[in-house]
Amino acid sequence: MIPFLALVRKDLLLFFGDRKAVVVGILVPIVLASFFGYLFGGQKGNAEMSKVPLLVVDQDGSDISRGLITQLANEKNLSVKPSTLDAAREAVRKGQATAAIVIPKDFGRDAGRALFTAASKPKLDVLYDPSHNVELGMVKGILAGAVMQTVSKEMFSGSSGREMVNDGLAYVESDSQLPSEDRKALRDLLGGVKELNERQDAQRAGAGASRQAEATGGLTMPYETREEAITSGQNVEYNGYAHAFAGMGVQFILFMGLDVGIALLTLRQTGLWQRLRAAPLSRTMLLGSRTVSASLMAGFILAVLFSFARVVFGVRILGSFAGFVGVCAAFSLMTAAFGLMVAALGETPEATRGYSIMATLFMVMLGGAWVPTFIFPAWLQKLTVVIPTRWAMDGLDSMTWRGLGFSSALMPIVILLFFALLFGGVAVTRFRWRVDG
Amino acid sequence: MLEVKGVTKSYGPLVAVNDVSFRVDDGETIGLLGPNGAGKTTTVSIIAGLLSSDSGEVLIEGKQVKSDTDPVKLKIGLVPQDMALYDQLTARDNLIFFAALYSLAGAKAKQAIDDVLNLVELSDRAGHKVGTFSGGMKRRLNLAAALLHDPQILLLDEPTVGVDPQSRNAIFENLEALKKRGKTLIYTTHYMEEAERLCDRIVIIDHGKVIANDTLQALHQLLPVTNIIAVELDLADGFKPEQMLTLPGVKSAELKQSTLRVGVHDLSRDAPGVLRWLAENGHSFHHVSSEQPDLETVFLTLTGRSLRDS
Repeated sequence: MIPFLALVRKDLLLFFGDRKAVVVGILVPIVLASFFGYLFGGQKGNAEMSKVPLLVVDQDGSDISRGLITQLANEKNLSVKPSTLDAAREAVRKGQATAAIVIPKDFGRDAGRALFTAASKPKLDVLYDPSHNVELGMVKGILAGAVMQTVSKEMFSGSSGREMVNDGLAYVESDSQLPSEDRKALRDLLGGVKELNERQDAQRAGAGASRQAEATGGLTMPYETREEAITSGQNVEYNGYAHAFAGMGVQFILFMGLDVGIALLTLRQTGLWQRLRAAPLSRTMLLGSRTVSASLMAGFILAVLFSFARVVFGVRILGSFAGFVGVCAAFSLMTAAFGLMVAALGETPEATRGYSIMATLFMVMLGGAWVPTFIFPAWLQKLTVVIPTRWAMDGLDSMTWRGLGFSSALMPIVILLFFALLFGGVAVTRFRWRVDG
Repeated sequence: MLEVKGVTKSYGPLVAVNDVSFRVDDGETIGLLGPNGAGKTTTVSIIAGLLSSDSGEVLIEGKQVKSDTDPVKLKIGLVPQDMALYDQLTARDNLIFFAALYSLAGAKAKQAIDDVLNLVELSDRAGHKVGTFSGGMKRRLNLAAALLHDPQILLLDEPTVGVDPQSRNAIFENLEALKKRGKTLIYTTHYMEEAERLCDRIVIIDHGKVIANDTLQALHQLLPVTNIIAVELDLADGFKPEQMLTLPGVKSAELKQSTLRVGVHDLSRDAPGVLRWLAENGHSFHHVSSEQPDLETVFLTLTGRSLRDS
């Protein structure tokens, strides 16, 4: 037991003895996690960040175009600003705006006509930044709803709509090509709208009737959505920093595990290895002590990261604390075993460093440490179940912002321990113990 | 007692150690002498259990090292050729760590650490980080770390590489002190003067094979000459040294610039005749000295090559 504890103590002394490396090793993930956490939603109150900058070029100047702009400006996900065509094009090209909508001259009139007749539809030009395809879809969806609501409202109750109804009636009566059944149907429809407008005018003449008229004007969405973020409990806001700190913690601890492996390969080339091998130490003791010391270092890094996240960003362990500790411990163990496997399979430190960094980055990327796995395509999401970091991320997310119980940590813990055993097994069997291999 | 019996080790087609055998008695100091790449370090590594041999065996007090944790390993202390210390730790922390590898802890470890620090005269630097030490101090601490568990056999693989003469002398004083304590030392080097100063017996290895194994005195007997008379001539122009080979007892004669070197077997018997012949033949001289041939010469005689050029 004395040699085992001495080996662990020595590793910890060396780790904590290099204070600059410790500070940098903790500071870098903190900075990156803070940045990513901010980008991915952060804490309550920074939703402003997610608004899509949208420019609107109004070449029409009609009631409908003005109404459309007002409707768009009321959207919480859009930041709408008026612009000219040239300025809008330039702004989108420079990435200062995600998209620009050009409302052409006579859009209001043509859109009204197109609502009831087969007249040609006016075109709304949407200039967009091709690097923002996702936002473009959102803008088009919002635009469709806003146009329908604005145009129909104007057609049913607005002044220009009344003119258009009259024009439409005249058009229906004068169009000789129109089948008689269609003419009758359109006459009834437009006549009904005209009658409705006249009745509303009469009602508006009475005091306090405007609100009612307003309420009945135009087509509106036949439903409303009620949004509720499902977190650990009611009134508990999602905290994007929880995922970011878990992700950066996982990434940097994996790199630390890699360093442990590379250091072991480097050690093999030194007199220290000869001295260790000359002492009556078993392979299990040497590798086991490395596993324990690396796990303790990994646990320390996670503890510091989440303590910082708790104090500065309010990240809390809303689920099972025991589950959180269990996931951290299992991941730390898995990382240590991963480092030893690198040492066992590697030939020289220089050659090993390259491919093991690549493997680590793949594990980090596919494990969802950079961006959550739900963004991945379905096939890739299925594939990532074989990546241990995916389970570490799932476990940490479950125990932090999702606020789930210990049972939700069990599967990640078991799978991480399985990987730890697998990697450790490879390390023990493949590790070149003697100097000559 | 340590016995190396017919040990062979190959790396592919390269035979690094070829049927090496020798024996070291308790309290004896032997020098493994040979040029770089001769197989000295490989031999030491096999003795220490760092390498497995292809054939042959190493017996320490009649027992083979059978496993990594075999208690027989406690009888050996290894001083590797490469520095085996943690620069980031203090000298004492290094020694605490290496003592613990041999299950030494508490008061016993403290005593052992104080003893070895005292031996290598680093007690006053115990609390300093090794990274701040000079090369010579590191070498001495490297030696101290191998002594903590008080091994009977000390394997020293070129322990003075890269140190200044003063530090080398300090290390030698440490080793002489250990020798006086009855420790068995196996010392690899390619420095003749080190082997000559320290070793009771020399094992010369070349191309992985033992080519000589005897005391220094006995090795000298292998030479055609055991003494050299060096004469500084006043005028060397036209002097033909081969004329001297006819003199009784003279085995060799060579002239380099104005220094005449004459090899003889018996200095007291043959020197007067050499000096008399020079005087009688009109070759005046202003300085005479005698030298014993060193191990370099022994190696040259045995292999036909200079040790340092090999």
